[in-house]
Amino acid sequence: MASPAVVTESLSRDFGDNHAVVDVNLEVATGEIYGFLGPNGAGKSTMVRMLCTLLTPSSGQALVAGHDIVRDPGGVRLRIGAALQSAALDPMQSGREILLLQGRLYGLSRRAINERIETLATLIDLGDALDDRIKTYSGGMKRRLDLAASLIHTPTVLFLDEPTTGLDPISRNRIWEEVRRLNGEGMTIFLTTQYLEEADVLCDRVGIISSGQIVAEDSPSTLKRRYGSDVIVAQTPGQEDRAVAILQSLTGVERVERHRDDVMVVTPNASKLLSPVAVALEEAGITVANLTMRTPTLDDVFLELTGGRLRPGEQE
Amino acid sequence: MTTSVAEPRPAGFFRDLISVAGRALRSIPREPEVLAPALFIPVFFYFINVGALENVAKASGVSDYRAFQLPVAIIFAVTGLSRASALVLDIQDGYLDRLLMTPIRRVTLLLGLMVADFTLVLAVQIPVIGLGYLMGVRFETGILGIVAFLLMGAFWGLAFTGFPYAIALKTGNPAAVNASFILFFPFAFMTTSFLPMDSLSGWLITVAKLNPVTYLLEGMRSVVTGWDVASLLQGITAIVGVMVVSFCLALLTLRGRLRSGA
Repeated sequence: MASPAVVTESLSRDFGDNHAVVDVNLEVATGEIYGFLGPNGAGKSTMVRMLCTLLTPSSGQALVAGHDIVRDPGGVRLRIGAALQSAALDPMQSGREILLLQGRLYGLSRRAINERIETLATLIDLGDALDDRIKTYSGGMKRRLDLAASLIHTPTVLFLDEPTTGLDPISRNRIWEEVRRLNGEGMTIFLTTQYLEEADVLCDRVGIISSGQIVAEDSPSTLKRRYGSDVIVAQTPGQEDRAVAILQSLTGVERVERHRDDVMVVTPNASKLLSPVAVALEEAGITVANLTMRTPTLDDVFLELTGGRLRPGEQE
Repeated sequence: MTTSVAEPRPAGFFRDLISVAGRALRSIPREPEVLAPALFIPVFFYFINVGALENVAKASGVSDYRAFQLPVAIIFAVTGLSRASALVLDIQDGYLDRLLMTPIRRVTLLLGLMVADFTLVLAVQIPVIGLGYLMGVRFETGILGIVAFLLMGAFWGLAFTGFPYAIALKTGNPAAVNASFILFFPFAFMTTSFLPMDSLSGWLITVAKLNPVTYLLEGMRSVVTGWDVASLLQGITAIVGVMVVSFCLALLTLRGRLRSGA
């Protein structure tokens, strides 16, 4: 079995009195898409900066692609690619110049770099704009070029720090497609995100980080099963309090809550309880205007674990 | 199907140096606004100084004040000219981080910019020397003297770049880098830039004797009027002294920034 792409042991980083990352232990398998989910200020970027050798840990250790981030940062750098928050590019250069420079710094020949640019053409998708100055690019174009720059040397581990923050849905989908394609070619992806959907649809496993600590880690579906509960939502105009009283006595109900016009039945298995809920309300003579069920989201998991909600764009 | 390409590896010191310098040199003509003051200020002061002080200087025993002023114009052109502002932008835009995640030799991030600076300060001297020629200045030492004059100006410009780079790396703040221009004033004015040492008075003589630019100007002037080995060596010593101090400062701040990961 291949050795893990990323392993950390009690990895911590302090900035003065601020403990940005605290005793993080994690293991990311080779070929995995691992997501770090948390709000702004949770420690995601600090973690990525340490793993990318930009920041020295205060304590603990980490191996990336089999190389120690402190003792052998050069070995790590040869094997990783990274697109950090907001595209890191020089606006006075053209897209092609950025890619050529990037390739040269990895010791690639001009021919090899041109071949890579050809290979990455679908991702870059800039057409003639590749030879224009980057200052004329849109946000989506910059992100794609930034991602291409991080891929020019065909890294084995790719770090993406909030790769789609601020992008429109179309650009976001393109990045997601590219992440899946790269992963399909065997590349390990370590991404941070504050978007639940992104973690849900892309990641094999998710680590939920809050105040610098991993509070849960598993596949999105397992996390939702473990920490989130299904919810049945009933709308019973004018009879909400009676409905709450009746539904509380049903077998398989964890709790029943009223939120304005909605009666919410929290249960481990909504599909199994949907009929009994409908029957109980019918037998009690309560008119049901609407009856729906929904499965738990990672936001429910986050709420359960930290007591807070994930709201992209807001400070923690 | 994936095309097989060369394996990534450290490119090596010289390739890194050329890559960084090449990018910096490409950027220079794309930012003409950076170059304009470097050409305007020396030309402006050359005319003003010659116009205002030529007769006074003659009374003080300076036979060719136009030649006397030419090294001053060069100092005005090259002192403080650097890519430090571009380095601050790289820090702010995160592009420095992108470079630091490659196997690049860290020191070439600074030295590559300095190679570009050296090329630039060499180039900006040519129109200034051309202006001097138009004003009647002739090098008694011939072509070799012009080359020595150019090299002294270029190495002085290079030596001074360490200060703005140190400020850029320490602060990551464009305003602080712009403020480093203030350093230029004591170096360029508290010296024999207007009149020879004999004509200065009081405290200014003491300061001028401590100012390395005094020896640089004497060295460069000696190259115009005829070889004077002692003045030349003193000028070179002054350049080396400032270079050692400023480069040490810049390299220490680079190391500090890399360690802090800020």
